[in-house]
Amino acid sequence: MKVIRSMVLVSVDETSLARGAQDVFRAFLDEIEKFGLSDQIAVTTILDPGVHGDTPLVIVYPDSAVYAPVTVADVHTIVEEHLYKGNIVPSLLAMMHELVPEIGWMRGRRGALPVQKRIVLERVGVVNPESIEDYILYDGYQALAKALTHMKPAEVISQVEKSGLQGRGGAGFPTGRKWSFVANTPGFPKYVICNADESEPGTFKDRLVLEGDPFSIIEAMTIAGYAINAHEGYIYIRGEYPLAYKRIENAVHQAEAHGLLGDHLFGTDFSFHIHPHAGAGAYICGEETALIESLEGKRGMPRARPPYPTTYGLFGKPTVVNNVETLANIPPILRNGAVWYREIGSPKSTGTKVYTILGNVNFTGAIEVPMGITIREVIDIYGKGMKNGKKLKLVQSGGSSGSIAPASLQDVPMDFDSFRNAGVSLGSGALLVCNEDTCVVDLARVILRFFRNESCGKCTPCRIGTLQLYEIVSRIAEGQGTLADLDAMVRISEAMSEVSNCGLGQTAPTALLDILKYFRAEVETHIVDHVCPTGVCTALKHSLVSAPVE
Amino acid sequence: MKTIRSLDELNQFRDEIVEEKKRQAGLGKVQLVVGMGACGIAAGALDVWKAIEQQIKAGHLMDVLLSQTGCIGLCPHEPILEVTVKDAPKVTYGRVTPEIVNRILKEHVLGGKVVEEFVVDTTPFPTI
Amino acid sequence: MDHENKDLDLASLVDKVVREHGATPDSVIPILSEINRTLGYIPAGTLPEIRRRIQIPQEGVFLADSHVYSAASFYQMFSLKPLGRHVIRFCESAPCHVEGGRQVIEALQKELGLQPGETSQDQKWSLLTTSCLGVCSVGPVFLVDDDIFGNVTPERVPEILARYE
Repeated sequence: MKVIRSMVLVSVDETSLARGAQDVFRAFLDEIEKFGLSDQIAVTTILDPGVHGDTPLVIVYPDSAVYAPVTVADVHTIVEEHLYKGNIVPSLLAMMHELVPEIGWMRGRRGALPVQKRIVLERVGVVNPESIEDYILYDGYQALAKALTHMKPAEVISQVEKSGLQGRGGAGFPTGRKWSFVANTPGFPKYVICNADESEPGTFKDRLVLEGDPFSIIEAMTIAGYAINAHEGYIYIRGEYPLAYKRIENAVHQAEAHGLLGDHLFGTDFSFHIHPHAGAGAYICGEETALIESLEGKRGMPRARPPYPTTYGLFGKPTVVNNVETLANIPPILRNGAVWYREIGSPKSTGTKVYTILGNVNFTGAIEVPMGITIREVIDIYGKGMKNGKKLKLVQSGGSSGSIAPASLQDVPMDFDSFRNAGVSLGSGALLVCNEDTCVVDLARVILRFFRNESCGKCTPCRIGTLQLYEIVSRIAEGQGTLADLDAMVRISEAMSEVSNCGLGQTAPTALLDILKYFRAEVETHIVDHVCPTGVCTALKHSLVSAPVE
Repeated sequence: MKTIRSLDELNQFRDEIVEEKKRQAGLGKVQLVVGMGACGIAAGALDVWKAIEQQIKAGHLMDVLLSQTGCIGLCPHEPILEVTVKDAPKVTYGRVTPEIVNRILKEHVLGGKVVEEFVVDTTPFPTI
Repeated sequence: MDHENKDLDLASLVDKVVREHGATPDSVIPILSEINRTLGYIPAGTLPEIRRRIQIPQEGVFLADSHVYSAASFYQMFSLKPLGRHVIRFCESAPCHVEGGRQVIEALQKELGLQPGETSQDQKWSLLTTSCLGVCSVGPVFLVDDDIFGNVTPERVPEILARYE
């Protein structure tokens, strides 16, 4: 495996290109090759470095050195002095006082690379997901073997606790602590549930693992079962993922056939069985108590909490419910140790995070990067910039229940703590990138329509609130809104956040409140001037001066 | 079916798999891997798979190992076909259709010449 | 098919499905899924049939008709009324919407002459909407029966629909 120790970013915005950025990029590739550094240094492009002036701009990580303007003639010196010998070249550095504060974001990155590190997706796209041989070839079942034959259940839990792994379903609860709760709760039998009801719009990280590396989830659940003394596990896969279900079912059969799932695993007294279960289409079943109700054959309606599933879960027994991505981290942690894992990511948010990049960028897809990468880096390094050169307007992070971050927040590191401080939820890892043509009223309408459809109807604030909010936003989009509606929406939203029974109702108004916070003027224009500045709301005028759009 | 009862047996099984892979590589077979996650399939990966199968059944491809993998995250390139001929580095083709597959099979797999126009660059996604 | 025969068929189908998934209350959803998949919908007549096979008062297992109905009416993939021979499920979530989904649903509506939720007179098509299908990176996306189509544009809609008899 390559060990990338440094990363070179060449700016390729329009002015940079006009000034020869393409040649600079090629020169870097050539020079790095000449010095034999190709295996250690990644060269890539950044579309919008946030700096306009002396371009092309070259950023070298992890030192966060910024060279500008760079010409082909400078490349040899930078590669030889900085990348080969390790000395920053002061004479070529950008005039920092001119760049500050635009490059403040690069400082935050000092000491770490915004480069992909695949732990969860290590085997995804590499192995044949229907072959247990491929899985074993790529370190499969080493972790389970180690746990069962060399570790006590308490040691397994303590490794997971020490790793600092936090739940990747959105809430970020420490996984090791959850396991120890269940392990220490009296009651038998106990259960392990894998929450594979990934229904948050825009999120498909779990699908990639279920479809691309299903055995890792089977192995991880078995380890969890050993740690908490459970003998049965359930995987609740949403009904819309038939391929994931097929692959998991196949993985269970193959693991059983090889004696890696079932009775007396690895010659010990420990036995574990896994039951795949297909959902039937309900967003709410991603909420763990609704999922448990659904597994029991009922409507997927959340229970009142407490008691939490750790004490009163499936069939009333102590139950661990873990997200797919969380579980996929378990075998690597046991194989390589908690210390290894802690070194990845930021100190308070360890490990990597899988993000799905969607919307108006040139390259949509999935990446796995250490915690702490910024939105700008995701868009400009991995998204390959905004599609058609349009401007970034906002990013919705974490699916429809997630926050909306305006372009001004694109330099905040994405980890649990920094995002929380900025008032943004990290959520499920979906990043929906929207350009300047996006109408916030239209976006709010689509998001609220989703929650109106998906509210389970159990508690009043959510059932009525989602409907009311959808109707008000629709009214505004049709040009029938009033300014009093805005206050009403805030009142309803706050009530929903405070008194709804579960996360669905509590987070349904998140995006709307953010829109009112950051884009209130645009919403007011819809109401007061009957103008939709982006022209998306066809019932309204496009601008104050022009005629209505036909 | 082999049953594994200890860490030693697991490692022994792994060694057997390694040997088998080596043996297959020694036979000089061409490896074709189609990205078959749901996004690949939505973009048409099943048609690509069928087109290759058809050529194998028709006897036009002898020493070929066809297999599948999950989605690697390069979704705009789907459907993706990876071709590895003997010791040569793996070539990744993107946005492949049955027509393009037939060209790749003819020119690259049988003719030994990479079809450059459909090769996708996977380097812009630096990975440790 | 006369009425009596149809009832008989439903009873034997429920027999088979319940045997396959187990006659326990927690099997209700897999049982309903299987019936929905086999028939394209869940006929009202199957609900008491399911309840009858699961409820065993002697063993303390009680199940009400209303329980089975409450599950059957809750989940979006279940239909309690017959649908067309081919069912289109169009993703109406935010990512597909941002990636151009609105133009695609308009094209579908125009091509089929149907509004979301409707079934065509000749019973060939049902046009439904669905929440996110999780293949957003190739959006906009819709399902026709079990086939999933990504990167759809309004221009591709007629060609895709023409594949179905």
